[in-house]
Amino acid sequence: MKKFVLFLAAFVALTGLEAFLRNLIGAYNYQIVILVGINIILAVSLNLINGVTGQFSIGHAGFYAVGAYTCAAFVFYVGPSLRAITTFLPRVGQDAVLLLTGLSAGAIAAAIAGLAVGIPSLRLRGDYLAIVTLGFGEIIRVFILNIDAIGGSRGFSGIPQLSNFFWVYLLVLLTILTVRNLIRSSYGRAFISIRDDEIAAEAMGVDTTRCKVMSFVISSMFAGIAGGLFGHFTMYLHPNSFLFTTSFYLIIMIVVGGLGSIEGAIVGAALVTVILEVFRSFGSFRLVNFAILLVLIMIYRPQGLFGKGYGYS
Amino acid sequence: MATFLQQLINGISQGSAYALIALGYTMVYGVLRLINFAHSDVYMFGAFMGYYLANTQVMRASVGTSALSAVVILLAAMGLSAGLGILIERFAYRPGRGVTRFVLPFWFGIVGAAVGQLLQGTIPALAVGAAVGILVGLGLEKAGLRPARQNSRLALLIIAIGVSLFLENGGQQVFGADPKFFPQIIPTHLLDIGPLRIDSQKLIVFGVSIVLMVLLNLIVNYTKTGKAMRAVSFNLDAAKLMGINTDRIIAFTFALGSALAAAGGILVSLLYPRIDPLMGVMPGLKAFVAAVLGGIGNITGAMLGGLILGMAEVMAVGYGQSTYRDAIAFIILVLILLLKPTGIMGKGMGEKV
Repeated sequence: MKKFVLFLAAFVALTGLEAFLRNLIGAYNYQIVILVGINIILAVSLNLINGVTGQFSIGHAGFYAVGAYTCAAFVFYVGPSLRAITTFLPRVGQDAVLLLTGLSAGAIAAAIAGLAVGIPSLRLRGDYLAIVTLGFGEIIRVFILNIDAIGGSRGFSGIPQLSNFFWVYLLVLLTILTVRNLIRSSYGRAFISIRDDEIAAEAMGVDTTRCKVMSFVISSMFAGIAGGLFGHFTMYLHPNSFLFTTSFYLIIMIVVGGLGSIEGAIVGAALVTVILEVFRSFGSFRLVNFAILLVLIMIYRPQGLFGKGYGYS
Repeated sequence: MATFLQQLINGISQGSAYALIALGYTMVYGVLRLINFAHSDVYMFGAFMGYYLANTQVMRASVGTSALSAVVILLAAMGLSAGLGILIERFAYRPGRGVTRFVLPFWFGIVGAAVGQLLQGTIPALAVGAAVGILVGLGLEKAGLRPARQNSRLALLIIAIGVSLFLENGGQQVFGADPKFFPQIIPTHLLDIGPLRIDSQKLIVFGVSIVLMVLLNLIVNYTKTGKAMRAVSFNLDAAKLMGINTDRIIAFTFALGSALAAAGGILVSLLYPRIDPLMGVMPGLKAFVAAVLGGIGNITGAMLGGLILGMAEVMAVGYGQSTYRDAIAFIILVLILLLKPTGIMGKGMGEKV
């Protein structure tokens, strides 16, 4: 009951903020706030596989892309008929139905992609797993580049703007709650045991392959949701937004925040996104200085801000 | 048949360039267990050094006519890139092994120079900025700000990504973001052999790569330093206990790998003369795939992996869909790793309980 009240309060707060946040902080800052939210979903979900389960994946951008394109394509092609069915609803309600069905489609597609990638690759470990996930991410991107129905190399335009502060942060909350509860459940304990010692976990009866794949699929699913929100905010998608450098930035977020910690992933995502914007005052030296900052953080505090020093073997 | 042979030659020359870059990845992985993402940018740096050397007053007269000048350019660029490799190792990777001095002054100096350049845009401003940065860094270091004693492998990997970002964006500042055209430092001829028409540049790329790889094999297998390299890559701690100066060997490995990457950069620029600061990203990634393909840490494997990858890519583009070119390397990688998870020539490490 208490939780329900809390959730209701958050819901009301989000609705209230959505009403005047854009006017309060200006369109530019509003955009940054949205990006922070999307990156939090991505970082928290990536943290589940990299930090909690200890399987080093650097192909998250691939699932992000699958979700973004599926959701956008669903709304673009199926959306009009769905709107026709739901004409009895007010405009806001129609948008909500459209966005939620689109996000579900994106999440399911990304989860299926995660399953297809996870089952073969999670037999590998460490650097081999890392490079294979990176490879799959690039394969996904190149295939998207070759599908003409979703724009191919021209990019996918004509996506309606459906996501806003309310939806992004509602899903941020849902992601955090789901991942937190998952980690506290018996499955989450099994994930952690795999990270700490895979052989010991197996000896204790943990079905390691199943757990790894499960963690990977859930992680991909949330990446897909983030993708859907992203596409319906920017109203345009291009395969180059999903290069392996995007995966690198996500890894940077969770490592700077501290691997294996949800707070770390949230702070890391917010920090990296905001720093990249603040550094615009350095003009063309923005990324040079960001890179140096990153190197120095890692040299002086390798466990990240909230981390306890989990690495990968 | 003739087209096939033609494609084979293209594949071999492309593959030998991949192999040269892959060697640096695999050697560094051997000694540090680190995927050195900055390696692809050393390749870019090498190509740009070649470009600037060829455009110097001394060189301009003889470029394109004498083979000697081409050799001088190649060797000088290799030397400069080896220096860059040593710098990267010293100031980015070595602090994690407990070396604490001059790290902050180095990086703060660069930030200071960037700020100076931003504010004034003149050389004195740049120098003053750098000096201020170095002094601040020295002060912080005196005040007791020391790097963490031990870095996890993950932290090292993020540092490598950071250095790569730094070199790419720094390159865009220093060299300019717009593409440049690499001069023909060796005159090109078309050779007709039977039904085949071969570009002499392709033969040169292949020949130089082979010579460099043979040299590398000699260094690694028949010199004392090479023996030390193999020892470090076999077991770093044991090598240290046997009296090997492991830091020096690691620096030497970086120098060697970077020199080969620079050679790769110049050779590829002979075939595809368009160079820009981001040119290393894709070839670097593919060369790394080649190294994993052959079994990372294994020098012969890297050469083999590079050749396989080059051929597969050229064949796939020649006979199939060129738009899928960038995916092919990864599809091959996935297939081979699923069949043999340690790469073609890699040895399994076994599970320790």
